Amino acid sequence: MIDSKIPDGPLADKWNTYKAKAKLVNPANRKKLTIIVVGTGLAGSSCAASLAEQGYNIQSFCFQDSPRRAHSVAAQGGVNAVKNYKNDGDSVYRMFYDTIKGGDFRSREANVYRLAECSASLIDQSVAQGVPFAREYGGYLNNRSFGGVQVSRTFYARGQTGQQLLLGAYQSLLRQVNTGKVTMHTRHEMLELVLVDGKAKGIIARNLETGAIERHVADAVVLATGGYGKVYYLSTLAMGCNSSALWRAHKKGAYMAGVSWIQFHPTCLPQHGANQSKLTLMSESLRNDGRIWVPKKAGDDRLPNSIPEEERDYYLERKYPAFGNLAPRDISSRAAKERIDSGHGAGPMKNAVYLDFSDAIAAQGKKTIEAKYSNLFAMYEKINGIDAYKEPMLISPAAHFTMGGLWVDYELMTTIPGLFALGEANFADHGANRLGANSLLQACVDGYFIAPYTIPNYLSGELKATKISTDHPAFAEAENSVREQLNRFLQSKGTLSTDYFHKTIGRLLYEKCGLSRSKQNLEEAIVAIKTLKASFEKDLLITGDDTLNSELEKAGRVADYIELAELMCYDALQREESCGAHFREEYQSNEGEAVRNDADYCYVSAWEWKGLTNPPELHKEPLVFENVELAVRSYK
Amino acid sequence: MKLYLKIWRQLNATSKGEMVDYEIDGVTEHMSFLEMLDLLNESLIQLKERVIEFDHDCREGICGQCGVMINGRAHGPLKQTTTCQLHMRSFKDGDTIYIEPFRATAFPVVRDLKINRTSFDSIITAGGYIGASTGQAPEANSIPISYETVEASFDAAACIGCGACVATCKNSSAALFVGAKITHLALLPQGKIEASKRVLTMVDQMDKEGFGACSNTEACEVECPQGISVLSIAKMNYEYNKALIMKK
Repeated sequence: MIDSKIPDGPLADKWNTYKAKAKLVNPANRKKLTIIVVGTGLAGSSCAASLAEQGYNIQSFCFQDSPRRAHSVAAQGGVNAVKNYKNDGDSVYRMFYDTIKGGDFRSREANVYRLAECSASLIDQSVAQGVPFAREYGGYLNNRSFGGVQVSRTFYARGQTGQQLLLGAYQSLLRQVNTGKVTMHTRHEMLELVLVDGKAKGIIARNLETGAIERHVADAVVLATGGYGKVYYLSTLAMGCNSSALWRAHKKGAYMAGVSWIQFHPTCLPQHGANQSKLTLMSESLRNDGRIWVPKKAGDDRLPNSIPEEERDYYLERKYPAFGNLAPRDISSRAAKERIDSGHGAGPMKNAVYLDFSDAIAAQGKKTIEAKYSNLFAMYEKINGIDAYKEPMLISPAAHFTMGGLWVDYELMTTIPGLFALGEANFADHGANRLGANSLLQACVDGYFIAPYTIPNYLSGELKATKISTDHPAFAEAENSVREQLNRFLQSKGTLSTDYFHKTIGRLLYEKCGLSRSKQNLEEAIVAIKTLKASFEKDLLITGDDTLNSELEKAGRVADYIELAELMCYDALQREESCGAHFREEYQSNEGEAVRNDADYCYVSAWEWKGLTNPPELHKEPLVFENVELAVRSYK
Repeated sequence: MKLYLKIWRQLNATSKGEMVDYEIDGVTEHMSFLEMLDLLNESLIQLKERVIEFDHDCREGICGQCGVMINGRAHGPLKQTTTCQLHMRSFKDGDTIYIEPFRATAFPVVRDLKINRTSFDSIITAGGYIGASTGQAPEANSIPISYETVEASFDAAACIGCGACVATCKNSSAALFVGAKITHLALLPQGKIEASKRVLTMVDQMDKEGFGACSNTEACEVECPQGISVLSIAKMNYEYNKALIMKK
């Protein structure tokens, strides 16, 4: 039985109760303890900086050439926080409710409440670091509204909110490098977790510049390695984003939860050709002013500006009048897919819908629209060569955010003692669908406000533990398994590149375990993945050697993606209901809306690795709702 | 389209590099520049050759990890565009393209087109931050900042740390990168307190890393993907001189 360790007491008091009772480590003892933090995005940087400030020794790792490059940098639209600056009825409870409802009642009440509770402090924190959030003329902070909510609680820094928040966290991190409390390891990739007596005590990392395999020992390990949406190959993620740290921890005993809950972002640029490497995201904030439509007539080949108003179908406004173009992401994406599949798709490949700003420009003037979105319009023109002030944008859903990840308890600790997972790498707060602008928030709240209490609580028990060195046999064993895998890749004598396998698994998942799923498709996918896995072992071709070698790096990541993809399909197959981003075709209403099954599936699916030849084992964490009523999630 | 590529190949920081000729066919105008390199690498793999190593990550122009000299220009021919956002419609069938790493003493080549920009991190480590500890910041609206000030601060804060400014500068100066961070933080009320200390330590570190001096050619602004203004260099010099005077 897995224990989520949620504190007793009323919802609003749980976190304060926890903080008041959490065990502490004496300042003089903190310098005796070392914490490994893998990943330097918002969660990793903020956690590393915060713990270093307390006096712990931090070993920080990232695969990029600088910690500032982590993919948090790419988030555009904003970060949610309960400040109620607009005086429009916002409150901690309302944000909690919006997030629970947005996640289709598949997240923990206590976690979500804590997220909302800590949100206001994040804005204070970032402003203190120098994050240039948008301001009103009077000098006070401005904000806007985002999908799935009816208040304005989203703070933003033009279209580069993630970059600015990350620079704040990165600068705090480097400030601790300066004090000597943080040691940075850039261009390093974690390839194995080291367990001693069942506890996380270190990692094996590969120096990507030299190829050296290194052992690093610590008293606790934090994985803040982001999401695994890149498993779909074509996604909004960076090319290097991967699941390897998570997956290798999973194979060492950490459970994975909500694995198949992947958010498809509704406003991305559509695919245009076979060699495409990514689908660029256009901020959801565009939906504040853009209207989404497709031609009423299927197969309409006319250019968008020559389709008259009465022949346009503003399908989100039609189907969801209360929320219109600001309907949540899963609903917007699925509605787009439905229109595209029924032959109403726009663009050269008929794989997109229109996002039209002509009404907003007419009402507010081009200048106002420019002030809000100029960088997004410029980006659109760079990629497509089209001026979106004159012609509607073409957008399409793309794999984006993983609600699933390592299962963690209330303390963000995985099922392995001493192994914590923060930010997108854990499954905790978003249920089956994440609301826009909650991802930056969760990453920051985990790192700045939660881990600094829960990790010391764990470490207080480790002070008296016997100190381990990298000479421990567990390190040798982990290192050997890493070396064996790398050697296997280097000796491969096939004909197919890593990219071939990555693209193949991605296409398979888009078709069988993407925006919509069915029993038949998922069962077919599991068979196809086993075949692909066998082919990967036999047909892979890697050139180069064991020094700097990007193909060798990719091989390890793709090997993990293939195994992860199989678990995603098991997870989606087992859950015989539709909830949030998980849409099972067998479980829908007559109008095509998701039908949840609270009687049988109101739990978190946490999966345990049982070896290469056995299916994973399911553990259920029941979701108990004491403060909200389970409701049909309607945005109509 | 078919293209003739001349690409810098170099095994490591100490080995000698050279330009190597490649031909590539089947490039379409919708492909990004890096997707064109992906295609070339795929063909090298099929020939059982080592791939061309280049830095890249987000491929949407914000992470700052990509960047090569394309026909002698940092990030290629377009204004305010990173290498990953450059598309092949900027080239035509039969073109010859020279592709080289960003070069500077402070940016040693790691391999092929990959370079080491740790020197940028070292400059930030020296003082490129506001010394606010995490967790206990005051209410955000207790520090009103005028719209104009925060917008000007943002203009400088938008730097993505790619190093195009250094690569294009004949002196390999990092003045635009450092000036942008100085400006971002010095304009904000919460950053003013440490402004003097910050500018002195950052400029000192910039010199230690082996970057050259600024001679005001303004080439950096031309190649900057974020269009950071050279006025941020002036701001840095102003803050630096002010700090020196105040110190005495």
